Amino acid sequence: MSAPLISVRDLSVAFSQDEKQSLAVDHVSFDIGRGETVALVGESGSGKSVTALSVLKLLPYPAASHPSGEILFDGQDLLGAKEQALRKIRGRDITMIFQEPMTSLNPLHSIEQQVGEVLKLHQGMSDTAARARTLALLEEVGIREPEKRLGAYPHQLSGGQRQRVMIAMALANEPQLLIADEPTTALDVTVQAQILELLDELKRKNGMSMLFITHDLGIVRRIADRVCVMTKGRIVEAGPTQEIFDNPQHDYTRHLLAAEPKGEPPPADAAARQVMTGDAIRVWFPIKKGFMRRTVDHVKAVDGVDITLRAGQTVGVVGESGSGKTTLGLALCRMIASQGGIRFGERAIDALSFKEMRPLRRELQIVFQDPFGSLSPRMSVAEIIEEGLAIHEKALSADERDRRVVAVLDEVGLDPQTRFRYPHEFSGGQRQRIAIARAMVLKPKFVMLDEPTSALDMSVQAQVVDLLRDLQKRHDLAYLFISHDLKVVRALANEVIVMRNGKIVEAGPAERIFRAPQSDYTRALLAAAFDITAAPEGVVSQ
Amino acid sequence: MQRAVTAPDAPPAKAAPRRGWLSPLNQRRWQNFKANRRGYWSLWIFLVLFVLSLFAEFIANDKPVLASYKGEILFPVLVDYPEEKFGGFLAVTDYRDPVIFEEIEANGWLIWPPIRYSYRTVNNEIPEAAPAKPSWLYDRETRCARYPQGADDPSCTLGNWNWLGTDDQTRDVLARAIYGFRISVLFGLALTLCSAVIGVSAGAVQGYFGGWTDLLFQRFIEIWSSIPVLYLILIIAAVLPPGFFILLAIMLLFSWVGFVGVVRAEFLRARNFEYVNAARALGVPNRTIMFRHLLPNAMVATLTFLPFILNGSITTLTSLDFLGFGLPPGSASLGELLKQGQQNLNAPWLGITGFVVISLMLSLLIFIGEATRDAFDPRKTFK
Repeated sequence: MSAPLISVRDLSVAFSQDEKQSLAVDHVSFDIGRGETVALVGESGSGKSVTALSVLKLLPYPAASHPSGEILFDGQDLLGAKEQALRKIRGRDITMIFQEPMTSLNPLHSIEQQVGEVLKLHQGMSDTAARARTLALLEEVGIREPEKRLGAYPHQLSGGQRQRVMIAMALANEPQLLIADEPTTALDVTVQAQILELLDELKRKNGMSMLFITHDLGIVRRIADRVCVMTKGRIVEAGPTQEIFDNPQHDYTRHLLAAEPKGEPPPADAAARQVMTGDAIRVWFPIKKGFMRRTVDHVKAVDGVDITLRAGQTVGVVGESGSGKTTLGLALCRMIASQGGIRFGERAIDALSFKEMRPLRRELQIVFQDPFGSLSPRMSVAEIIEEGLAIHEKALSADERDRRVVAVLDEVGLDPQTRFRYPHEFSGGQRQRIAIARAMVLKPKFVMLDEPTSALDMSVQAQVVDLLRDLQKRHDLAYLFISHDLKVVRALANEVIVMRNGKIVEAGPAERIFRAPQSDYTRALLAAAFDITAAPEGVVSQ
Repeated sequence: MQRAVTAPDAPPAKAAPRRGWLSPLNQRRWQNFKANRRGYWSLWIFLVLFVLSLFAEFIANDKPVLASYKGEILFPVLVDYPEEKFGGFLAVTDYRDPVIFEEIEANGWLIWPPIRYSYRTVNNEIPEAAPAKPSWLYDRETRCARYPQGADDPSCTLGNWNWLGTDDQTRDVLARAIYGFRISVLFGLALTLCSAVIGVSAGAVQGYFGGWTDLLFQRFIEIWSSIPVLYLILIIAAVLPPGFFILLAIMLLFSWVGFVGVVRAEFLRARNFEYVNAARALGVPNRTIMFRHLLPNAMVATLTFLPFILNGSITTLTSLDFLGFGLPPGSASLGELLKQGQQNLNAPWLGITGFVVISLMLSLLIFIGEATRDAFDPRKTFK
């Protein structure tokens, strides 16, 4: 290997708040050669993003500072460089794509303006030249009919297309180094596979180097030449990808590699008591047009889905985003209006009003996706868990309530002593345990799990999956498990429904669907999840 | 992953740990507030002035604070004694009357407040035609000229000085400024609190329910807030006798609108938060969700807004007083003081006092408001 393109030497990053300094990155060194892809892997809070941001000096200075280190790019130290010099490098020699493509694009500018801006700024192109180059770039990143997309605004594009536009902007000036900060975390598995394929191909074609930041080891294995494993601000292990995966040296790397969700779902039992049935459930949102707001058409979010949930069994609902998985779940829980019959136990609940539903809510619980958003930041853990008890079991005294909270915290594996703390003092996995405790304290019969693991780190996912399976066995719960992550579904569900555009594509015992999928769509989902390979065009959405 | 050690049926181990009376978040806010030195000192100065002015009766009054008459301890500030008690004939004792004064002195003693004038006390002993200059601008001879015994009169003491002169009805300006400060701040606080309660509730309902409720309410507010308030107050003042509470009610009709926008926006934003949905899924009633889960979000915006509404209320009251449509004649009011200053250009102490008091009060409140804004800004860092 010749001289590296960029060489990070002994880099530290400290954040100061109220005179206290905390070290986020602790004496980290690594090199990236020309044409090489280096992956920084680690769980959230390990300092991988901060490391990447300091390459371009994009941290919130002066709250952030660099107590030590240098970053040599073509022999120039970026940490000591002047703001003016850095501006020339940013967006031209080193570019960056971010995790959340919705918020990284300006919602008020069209695609042409956003991509064109980079070209005009760094290369001084004229409007017509910039337009031609933008078209070529959009074509290159795989946006179909780019002429029609030039005037589009970010909200008119899908998540995958937005990320493609971000990549087009990053590539516009033919950079030498592309920093990709979890570029696929916010995307569907199918789209993730497409984007990774695209990045890989572009990298090879343009001879760029890439610094790839992720927590997903599957992606690393697929895309990286070399890996640096980070934890608590340090690089604990670094080396060629193959070597690390075959022969991990450090405990933490082994821990990461072992963190795949494992285990078997409960055996299918068709004789188990039916907890909930949905019969031809439809959720149609009207599209209204014109002055009189006439309903001209419907968005068919869920279109005639039959579903049966049994005690002690899990039905997994999989599909891309926008396929109506969550809408189906919310309709079953009567959180949104729907047509079609819903029976809960012996009772038809599809015609009950919100008020009439209230007593039933206790047996019908939901665990949401985002453990950061689903806990009120201003209530202590005890208050959060108690809230439902105070409504559904008014007879309980404060002492009895507290006892129930302690018991349920114990059951989900949290120290009951921590119940007076606030959610922000807990990690993502612990928060999800709190959210599960909130649902479990009411002793429900049916729990809707809306992607409960997708916001969590890999190793935490496995723990939460184990916990859920454990609780199911103990309380004979019926789960509706909604996820786009088929690895997790395989570990939990004994029946799977594959959805697309509100309709069922395929349904049946999980074991059969994973072994012998019938439809192309299911095959594409499986390939994207387990091998991270993209499906042929047209099978899944872009 | 942590495993609990206690058994599931363990009794509640201990009560909530003591966190002090401020949550960590509020402690951080208080630190931020203190870091703004100007706002922090303004708060203290304002609090001292406000608390002092709350006890205005003990600082500037035409009644003694404490008196002893024929062995009996009297509290003239708190109790109205008829003049019969001291051998007079008025229903309410005029302690400034030399006859009464000497009668009490002869049979006991009395303690005057530092300023022996209330806001409506007429000083009959001013040395020249009203408005009289501040007493320290006269020499002793002139100052005491109108007292029965001239310069030797025992009543011609520091307590009877008009430190900031008198207005054109020979009332003490300093006393009026103290009482005026108090009534302005109290009026502002009352108006702000009432409008906050109404405005926050209205905004909360609109934001939380959205849809038609929001649409109709918003259009109503647009029409409502385009009514010219000043003219309406002029008309109402002509019909109803103006007074503290009538004014408060009229201005309340319009001032609550200011809060609606902020609170509505917060509720609109937060009503789809996942923890709000989670509460709905638990079966929590709407009212509880609004109070427990959403209101704390909106409170930050409201509290930031509060000091500026307070200032606005005070200014409105002052300007109404200046125009003569405010508090009833004779009340201590800063607006009236300004008007007198404008009418008596030969007596600059009127205008200057009014200006200094009002600008001091508004500046202090604005500085406090600034610091409050800093305190609630989560991204603010101080170096």
